Amino acid sequence: MQKIEAVIQPSKLDAVKDALVEIGVDGMTILEARGHGRQKGHTEVYRGREYSVDLLPKVKLEIVVTDTMVDDAVNAIIAAARTGTIGDGKIFVSRIDEAIRIRNDERGEIAL
Amino acid sequence: MFLFPNFNLYRQVIESMRVAAMKVFLALLLMLGVGGPMLAGQTALAQTPAEASASQSQSDRLAALEKQNANNATAIAAAQTAGDNGWMLVSAALVLMMSGPGLALFYGGLVRKKNVLGTMMQTFAMMALVTVLWALVTYSLAFGQGNAFIGGFHNAFLHGVGLAPDPAYAATIPLQTFMIYQLMFAIITPALITGAFAERMKFSSMLVFMTLWTLFIYSPMAHMVWGKGGLLNAAQAGRIPCLDFAGGTVVHVTSGVSALVTAIFLGKRLGFPREPMPPHSVVLSFVGACLLWVGWFGFNAGSALSAGTLATSAFVATHFGAAAAAIGWIIAEWIRQGKPSALGAISGAVAGLVAITPAAGFVTPISALWIGLLAGVFCYLMVVKVKSWFGYDDSLDAFGVHGAGGTLGAILTGIFANSTINPIFGAGKATGLLEGNWHQLINQIGGVAIAWSISIVGTLIILFVVDKTMGLRVSEEEERDGLDLSQHGEEGYDWAH
Repeated sequence: MQKIEAVIQPSKLDAVKDALVEIGVDGMTILEARGHGRQKGHTEVYRGREYSVDLLPKVKLEIVVTDTMVDDAVNAIIAAARTGTIGDGKIFVSRIDEAIRIRNDERGEIAL
Repeated sequence: MFLFPNFNLYRQVIESMRVAAMKVFLALLLMLGVGGPMLAGQTALAQTPAEASASQSQSDRLAALEKQNANNATAIAAAQTAGDNGWMLVSAALVLMMSGPGLALFYGGLVRKKNVLGTMMQTFAMMALVTVLWALVTYSLAFGQGNAFIGGFHNAFLHGVGLAPDPAYAATIPLQTFMIYQLMFAIITPALITGAFAERMKFSSMLVFMTLWTLFIYSPMAHMVWGKGGLLNAAQAGRIPCLDFAGGTVVHVTSGVSALVTAIFLGKRLGFPREPMPPHSVVLSFVGACLLWVGWFGFNAGSALSAGTLATSAFVATHFGAAAAAIGWIIAEWIRQGKPSALGAISGAVAGLVAITPAAGFVTPISALWIGLLAGVFCYLMVVKVKSWFGYDDSLDAFGVHGAGGTLGAILTGIFANSTINPIFGAGKATGLLEGNWHQLINQIGGVAIAWSISIVGTLIILFVVDKTMGLRVSEEEERDGLDLSQHGEEGYDWAH
């Protein structure tokens, strides 16, 4: 099992979600987030005072999938979330030791 | 298709009425022809009982006519009172709407979210506090009989403030309507100051400060400009007649200048200007500013104190001033910053409403456009350039908008005031500079200077006293936590639920 964390543009959430459902990802967790990578934000002006806003609104999506599905899922996210401009986001993949379904105590991949 | 038969019907009705009127007229002529000689005969002959009763009936009819006439006059007066009073009660409610939702939302949106309730509460507190003070003593100090500077205590506890009109103020509305209308002005004026010391003043000290401010600055200023025998009262032959239709000096110059003094006296907010402190919701401010615009019709057009033509004139000028100022501010912003902002548009509209306040009811609609346009650009420069030159933290620009806009408006009133709109000095007598009365411009500057002086000196003394006795600012920790939590024990936005 592996966890895929993807930080994406909020406007791309629906496209990414649909792409993941299409390849058979059943569950996901979505978090509203703020952050920045190399993209350094923008400036806002209120009554002549400039504020640089460097933490931009993003969506963080977390899914845990079986090892065989990781590449498909990553590719689906990339295809759906890419605009080609700075600020498209990042994907992180990490190993997961255990998954437990709270309802009936199922363990491992069957709990995903 | 439907109009034609109806039209014919009307014509028939009118025709038949004309015929009837002719008949009545002819009958009257006939009666005069017969009755005239009869009347002459009565006086010539010795009075018999029958003739005495005839003369009795004549005087009865005269008395009946006189009674009818008196009844008509009462009915006409009652009708005018109903109309005027209706508009004035609506106006009073509109002016309260400027404080309650209007200013509270406008200011509430401009602060950081940890201070939203604290900021709104400062305005709301004025709605309660100033109302009680008004009933106890400040109405009397502002509008009671007194000297040229302040009223006396004759009307304390609203003694003598009944439902009969006081012709010295407004002949066609109950004095209580006048009293409650003026109260709404007394509420919003200190509430405007809260924008200058936003996010850092102790709630308890704010209440004491505002109580003293209402007593010692608002009351005398209102008395001088609007009260019986006031020094600056133009409507009642004051010594320096200063034109201030709806409170340019009384409301906006006093609050704006006092705001500047408090901003400097309290010092900057922690982290200002290093830390970013952008408005937490321009949306709230936007709604608030739009409510202010609508409420301002009560503020300015209501200041006619009647529902007549003067109210219309003030209403029109108010609207035109606001619109032109929104455009003025946006153009200035667009040129200097490259983008026209929503906050700029609403700030401009408020600046225009401030500047047109003394002038509405004295100027033509086109003059109102000029006043608004000038105010929009002027206040933009005050807020954006002048504030940063001096570096004071007038957090929500109470001075930049109200002090600066009010001062500009009061002076422009002396230039644009027109006797055809409001012949306040008598029919045909020149009112403003453009009509040739240059003296009025000097009076206006005099009125503004008095308002500035009282505001600076009075506010400094009050701030000093409150600071020494109970302290003005919240502690650093409380300021970091925000006023919502530290002063009121609650939060405006609970994200967890």
